[in-house]
Amino acid sequence: MNYYDINSLNQSIHGTLSSLMPEGLAITLEGIAVGLLIIVLYALLAIVLIYMERRVCAAFQCRIGPNRVGGRGGLLQVPADVLKILTKEIISLRHADRFLYNLAPFLVILASIFSFACLPWNQGAEILRMDIGIFFVLAASSIGVLGILLAGWSSNSKYTVIGAVRSGAMIISYELSIGLTVLTMVLLSGTMDIQEIVMEQEHLWNIFRGHIPALLAFCVYLIAGNAEANRGPFDLAEAEQELTAGYHTEYSGMHFGFFYLAEYLNLFITAGIASTLFLGGWMPFHIPGLDGLNAVMDWIPGVVWFVGKTFAVVFLLMWIRWTFPRLRIDQVLTLEWKYLMPLSLVIVLLMTLCVIFGLVL
Amino acid sequence: MFFIFLIVVALTAIALVVLAMTVARLVGPRSYNPQKAEPYECGIPTRGKSWVQFHAGYYLYAILFLMFDIETVFLFPWAVVAAEAGVYALAGLAFFLTVLILGLAYAWKKGALEWK
Repeated sequence: MNYYDINSLNQSIHGTLSSLMPEGLAITLEGIAVGLLIIVLYALLAIVLIYMERRVCAAFQCRIGPNRVGGRGGLLQVPADVLKILTKEIISLRHADRFLYNLAPFLVILASIFSFACLPWNQGAEILRMDIGIFFVLAASSIGVLGILLAGWSSNSKYTVIGAVRSGAMIISYELSIGLTVLTMVLLSGTMDIQEIVMEQEHLWNIFRGHIPALLAFCVYLIAGNAEANRGPFDLAEAEQELTAGYHTEYSGMHFGFFYLAEYLNLFITAGIASTLFLGGWMPFHIPGLDGLNAVMDWIPGVVWFVGKTFAVVFLLMWIRWTFPRLRIDQVLTLEWKYLMPLSLVIVLLMTLCVIFGLVL
Repeated sequence: MFFIFLIVVALTAIALVVLAMTVARLVGPRSYNPQKAEPYECGIPTRGKSWVQFHAGYYLYAILFLMFDIETVFLFPWAVVAAEAGVYALAGLAFFLTVLILGLAYAWKKGALEWK
């Protein structure tokens, strides 16, 4: 029972628009509305996440953090920074490969918006829904590494080239663990459609249904997700002390802003996918048998659940980022190939055994 | 309908970059200086080309990645039907994984996973 299913709302909007104007115009209008919604959400989330990161990191380092612009909390610091970055000069380099240099931000943003559009915010509130949803997210998010490699290579600086190849090697390596842990959840749910994966968790979230293998997969996913988002102990692509800013050293102003934007949104997407696959997405917290509790939980809208869980995971990822020291490139690759990768293969095997012999809850 | 939204999302991403870049180019200052167009270094001009050769280790990992990434691609459709296929699915996975783990073990033994 879900009181907040907005599928019927979507259909009635489409019906009203279609009755008022020709079909083509109605679809165009809806397309524009969806596009605007994505841009607004994207920008808003980036601002919220950057503000949250500053506060959280300040708290972990016993600092105060932004507290001047916009009242006591420093609430307007990030909007002010966004305006500032918009008005900065965009430098064009003499020896850069101009075409690839300009193409790179497009790829990075494209990858993150494609995965962003697949997130299920509520029942009926997803922009792209397909049978292979979660697989599409994996495919779309791996376009991002192309953008990073192109950015580093085309700007014709040694820092950026080193940053780009490091980042490339790291992201593709950790993609394996991401793929395998997502695979365990597909095994458990028996579908790749993101909304159906959420529906499957109506009685119990996947992390409880799949008990030991799911819990292990969640940990591996968090570690690998941190690496995928180029953050945390894995931010050696832009290790400030050795590579200035890594692959985006040569970008300035808004051109650099896109990489920054995509980095924070990738953090949100990683957390969003984690909450969808393991923690039930927009599905309220249910305990089988306790009908009273379940009914009360159903009154909380799905979008609140989704955003709440996602931000909880985001906080966890920030906690990891500001707690652990940065790894070296060989340590990063060793961790993935000698520990996480065999571990995720074992998790897949364990989950297969559990699913086939009916050992899941 | 689905493909329309796929195109809408792609266009949104492109529009976001183009719009923000246009605003930034219109609002931002513009000045030219030969020093400014140089690659960022420690204050001295770059020596030689920046498009240098880099560590071969990255290449080895890329090759290994290809092998295992294709593996996950093949496993996804299998995962959807695994619960229904039962023991057959397990046998299939066991065979498939054995081949791959042998490959990983070979690469490990040959030292492809060591950073030298």
